[in-house]
Amino acid sequence: MSAPKQTPSQTVGPYFAYGLTARQYNYPHTSIADGSMAGEDVEGERIRVEGRVLDGDGMPIPDAMIEIWQADSQGRFAHPADPRNSNAGFTGFGRFGTGTDPKNRFIFDTIKPGSVTSGEAPNLNVIVFMRGLLTHVYTRIYFADEDAANAVDPVLSSVPEDRRGTLVAARHGNTYRLDIRMQGDDETVFFDV
Amino acid sequence: MGDAHNTVTPRDWTAHPPLIHPDYKSTVRRGPTKPLIPIGHSLSELTGPVYGHDALAPLDNDLTKNGAKNGEALGERIVVTGRVLDDLGRPQPNALVEIWQANAAGRYIHENDRHDAPLDPNFFGGGRTVTDAEGRYRFYTIKPGAYPWPNHANAWRPNHIHLSLFGPTFASRLVTQMYFPGDPLLALDPIFLGTPEAARDRLVSTFSLDVTEEGFALGYVFDIVLRGPRETPTEAGR
Ligand SMILES: [Fe+2]
Repeated sequence: MSAPKQTPSQTVGPYFAYGLTARQYNYPHTSIADGSMAGEDVEGERIRVEGRVLDGDGMPIPDAMIEIWQADSQGRFAHPADPRNSNAGFTGFGRFGTGTDPKNRFIFDTIKPGSVTSGEAPNLNVIVFMRGLLTHVYTRIYFADEDAANAVDPVLSSVPEDRRGTLVAARHGNTYRLDIRMQGDDETVFFDV
Repeated sequence: MGDAHNTVTPRDWTAHPPLIHPDYKSTVRRGPTKPLIPIGHSLSELTGPVYGHDALAPLDNDLTKNGAKNGEALGERIVVTGRVLDDLGRPQPNALVEIWQANAAGRYIHENDRHDAPLDPNFFGGGRTVTDAEGRYRFYTIKPGAYPWPNHANAWRPNHIHLSLFGPTFASRLVTQMYFPGDPLLALDPIFLGTPEAARDRLVSTFSLDVTEEGFALGYVFDIVLRGPRETPTEAGR
């Protein structure tokens, strides 16, 4: 038998909220994750990561869903392929829809990740889903106060210099802010992962 | 890492729809326009969220019952089952499958759904399960109705169930829709037709009398193929 072929992606559509993010949207169904990623017992620096998702007209998108996958404060993933034992109680996964915040922001309360390996800058792995996106796209969020690490990060270095800023969140107190722009001169860098 | 390094099969762009497909109007201002930048696979892409059977409540895979308040959900009961595989043909055990769908009348419980069709007080429309050791999943639900949408004049979505899967890595993430065989709306639907032609039939379930439960529910089979991890020989000199 020949190897099976990949099942095509289809859009998440406008009505994912009660299925995938029920707790956040107050539907009577459980959720596997939301924007509160780090419970009290999780080690690490508490941060908030927030931003809007903007369409080609610069308008905030109210029905996007953002997923985050990140390492713990010491750069370890809660997954069997990472042999280092990660921070107990931290799954590293968050999911948030842009339909509940009055400004249509995604808002994640998490811990700042460590570097996964010594050459890599701390970052969040991000997937963007929405009505009007037939296939999800991948991006990353880096941190503006990690200049030295960002300068040598292999992924960031592979991005043309004039577009790197689209991946770097500015720090305001304990909050990092970055808008994701789907189109336009400042279109966010999306990766072919 | 010896003489091989780990990676994940590339996304097959002959299977997945393009980011902009003008017949589906909202792609035009939402789909990225610049080329995607290729990224090598590091631990970030080779790991991913892990959810197992402890993420499940008892009725999570039975949508005919998990929204019941004072009676039975209305509509045609169906069984939807299949295997989750990777594209090397390996079954994917412990894979989380989340689903959501309209009720039999074509109405979602989502508060933004304004379609003038009745809600069913005994049907919610969301559920999840985890695949068994052979990669199999199984849902009981109600066949979802078709519903109108504003993409173009007299536009109707074919009957479909939305599915979300993680698979073994962040790179194997998939969100898709399962359709039903013989639906005349498939040939008119810009979302289905946005899929490359050769791959479209992978989105259509098959009716199965073997899966059909006598006197209770019609059976449909839908196998799902995700990108899988693999070892690639390291190039000489590295
Ligand atoms: Fe739908």
